[in-house]
Amino acid sequence: MLPNEPKITPELVAEHGLKPDEYERFRALIGREPSFTELGIVSAMWNEHCSYKSSKVHLRTLPTKAPWVIQGPGENAGVIDIGDGLACVFKMESHNHPSFIEPYQGAATGVGGILRDVFTMGARPIACLNALRFGSPDHPKTRRLVAGVVAGIGGYGNSFGVPTVGGAVGFHSRYDGNILVNAMAVGIAETDKIFYAAATGVGRPVVYLGSKTGRDGIHGATMASAEFGDDSEEKRPTVQVGDPFSEKLLLEACLEIMRKGCVIAIQDMGAAGLTCSAVEMGAKGDLGITLDLNAVPTREEGMSAYEMMLSESQERMLMVLKPEKEKEAEAIFRKWGLDFAIVGETTDSKRFLVRHGGDVMADLPIKELGDEAPEYRRPFAEPKKLPVLDPASIPSPLPIFAALEKLLGSPDLCSKRWVWQQYDHLILGNTVQRPGGDAAIVRIGDGPKALAMTTDVTPRYCEADPFEGGKQAVAEAWRNLTAVGARPLAVTDNLNFGNPERPEIMGQFVYCVRGIAEACRALDFPVVSGNVSLYNETNGRAILPTPTIGGVGLLDDLAKSVNPAFKKADEAILLVGEFGAWLGQSAWLATVFGREEGAPPPVDLAMEKRTGDLVRSLIGERLLTTVHDLSDGGLLVAIAEMAMASGIGAALDAPPPGFPSHAFWFGEDQARYVVTAAAADLPRIETAAAQAGVKLRHLGRTGGSQLTLPGENPILVSTLQARFESWLPEYMGSPA
Amino acid sequence: MKSAVIVFPGSNREGDVARAIALISGDRPEMVWHADTSLPAGTDLVVLPGGFSYGDYLRCGAIAARAPIMRAVREHAERGGLVLGICNGFQILCEAGLLPGVLMRNARLKFMCREVFLRIERSDTPWTRRYNAGDVIKVPVAHGEGNYEADEETIARLEGDGRVLFRYTSPEGELDPEWNYNGARNAIAGILSEKRNVLGLMPHPENHVDPVVGPVDGRGFFESIAATLKAA
Repeated sequence: MLPNEPKITPELVAEHGLKPDEYERFRALIGREPSFTELGIVSAMWNEHCSYKSSKVHLRTLPTKAPWVIQGPGENAGVIDIGDGLACVFKMESHNHPSFIEPYQGAATGVGGILRDVFTMGARPIACLNALRFGSPDHPKTRRLVAGVVAGIGGYGNSFGVPTVGGAVGFHSRYDGNILVNAMAVGIAETDKIFYAAATGVGRPVVYLGSKTGRDGIHGATMASAEFGDDSEEKRPTVQVGDPFSEKLLLEACLEIMRKGCVIAIQDMGAAGLTCSAVEMGAKGDLGITLDLNAVPTREEGMSAYEMMLSESQERMLMVLKPEKEKEAEAIFRKWGLDFAIVGETTDSKRFLVRHGGDVMADLPIKELGDEAPEYRRPFAEPKKLPVLDPASIPSPLPIFAALEKLLGSPDLCSKRWVWQQYDHLILGNTVQRPGGDAAIVRIGDGPKALAMTTDVTPRYCEADPFEGGKQAVAEAWRNLTAVGARPLAVTDNLNFGNPERPEIMGQFVYCVRGIAEACRALDFPVVSGNVSLYNETNGRAILPTPTIGGVGLLDDLAKSVNPAFKKADEAILLVGEFGAWLGQSAWLATVFGREEGAPPPVDLAMEKRTGDLVRSLIGERLLTTVHDLSDGGLLVAIAEMAMASGIGAALDAPPPGFPSHAFWFGEDQARYVVTAAAADLPRIETAAAQAGVKLRHLGRTGGSQLTLPGENPILVSTLQARFESWLPEYMGSPA
Repeated sequence: MKSAVIVFPGSNREGDVARAIALISGDRPEMVWHADTSLPAGTDLVVLPGGFSYGDYLRCGAIAARAPIMRAVREHAERGGLVLGICNGFQILCEAGLLPGVLMRNARLKFMCREVFLRIERSDTPWTRRYNAGDVIKVPVAHGEGNYEADEETIARLEGDGRVLFRYTSPEGELDPEWNYNGARNAIAGILSEKRNVLGLMPHPENHVDPVVGPVDGRGFFESIAATLKAA
């Protein structure tokens, strides 16, 4: 045993989140008792967050390939080809546990981490998105968490200088003890200048770059791999502190040395910091790594090897540089005022050797640390199917427009302006579709190409039917991108669930993943990156299953994109897709009755594809003036959003015979869009729809300043706008 | 027209303003590093761009105001050269003493990125000759600390000398606290130096110049500068 190191006891092993059999497996692997530092290292590598030990076997079933995929899952971020020698690099990642404990820093470092993942690969970030889930608005902590998370996301992204262009915000009591903060970053790189983690060459210097190492974030990844109890607040010291200023410098310095051809391999220090980044570089490159911790720049005196190896201090990078370019790289880092230190070298031993003050603190087989991590086929329970609700059996206690007002003023469907106005969504000058549309559109360079991007999932569907819910999350992201005219290309998934050791939670996970896989396959929409966050559970109460889907699509000519705002009076309002009346798990049922019941709407993926492909081609031919996809709240909420975005009203027709009015207007049947078109273009649109085998129905006409419906009192668009805009500012107690 | 955009560590809208200048004047600005001590020969216009120089971890702009390049910027201003500070650049000009007053935390205590309406108070300046006095333009703001404040005497002097160039107003050009989101004194969005060659403003006209991404109300601002320098 090394001097001053604690003795390894079963209690100490348990504190590190290792199960007794996992510890035994490790001991057998190295053939002796580990040192304290080694125990720390293995706990960092083998926790759920870093090893994906419960999820890996299922993640392998996701489709990850397409001709345009350059890099699928397994690297810092996914990479897709977008033509003209350019690639789009993107990923989404959770920062749930830290954000609940310390909302500002938790969310801020979530943004910092995902940005680093993207620029580590050589891409310049062009946009951020996020998906946030908070507890019930009535819960005493919710307001403070919303304020802190939003300020943290803004605080980091605004200073770093990347626009935050889209996202989702939802509330549900099942997130009372575990909020979700999923951050996504999108960047652009040249296809021939993409950088990876795998080190090559023996005896090459391993270089540490960026901010100094401190004691913050130690055991962050272990914390993120366990449930919360009542003592979660006591875990605040495991949350890192973000410094967007340093990250901006790190970005510029990294891109500069990449441009100058100095870099062989690069890995950012995220979860489990120095440990994880060094092991990844060595293991992926089939090399050993030796680190000398005396050379690591530290912020505090007297840090132990254990602390340095587990620190999650932010804004740090590890690289292997071309030896002949080392001086040039160092000069660039000095210019940006960043630390540059040679902390080790690559070896041919395939060992991970850590020295500190003359002692060997760790000597471990590097491949096995990664590859021999436990992998579980955890037992799972098949989710129970819920009955399909008969819409006729549910009374409609409110006039249609009164229910609409209630929906638009509800926490989930109300305007999120209060949130996105705190994010700089315009910086870089390329934001074509600002927050509030179906998908954000960001111009690439000087155009005419643009990327469309979105995040989506409907957790109450996933809870009611994980398989259909998983399908729906993918289908809706695909629909969002289609609705602006983009060709959906690929997905990043952020799978947030409870404790996988419980078979019913594992069942949710397994069936959601199956649904995602089926939808991604059917829609030719591969998964190229992602993240799994399990143990989102407090005192045995789990979150709603929330597999957030981040989607990216390409517009060849952004002049042909559309948005959901009505353009002028006297245009036809059309439904593309089938009439429907699906009230099970609808926002209407939840908002008007407080009931979450029945089976969620099923997704017919073939119809989804047929319908979306038709809408996209009509947009491309400039036949549609406005497009909005249907989701929460159904037809009438979509039409109201189109009216509110423009101030132009609509005269709507009565529902067709056989459809109860409330179910017709608020049903959440899938694979549908509302569009508008000029009268002269209708014959062409009808012909195209008939050829595609997609139903096209007339719903009414645009015009006036109110919504009208036979047999209902009309309602002013301005009344709806006021209701839509008021809930969040009133709840937060401050104007937007 | 020959312009120089100063890049401080933490600047982040330098590309936006450089792009707007190039789009409208046809001439690409030089990007000048904060640690340099001189401006490119023949510089007509110096721009201090938006961002979070040095992280804005001290008072916004306080450290940048003391960067090596600032001596050259000050000399340029003293010679009557044009100096434009946008957002963080405005904060830097105030911290450097090139403009009076300070930018405090927004009255609503939040960062805000939104469109605002600006009334142009006069058109007889190098910055606004392509507008008419009283015109209202729509441009975005993106700041957490844009709440302009100065002592009574300074405000009186700024107002008396006609050095308030932009004010936050309603779309109709009316002064109204509802439309003065950051709570600035007298709804001040931008001010001039005594000789009117130095301008600081919080909003970002550079983000409203391209019809592909939004309104183009900011074009007149850059057209004015280009026209001024062409005439000179």
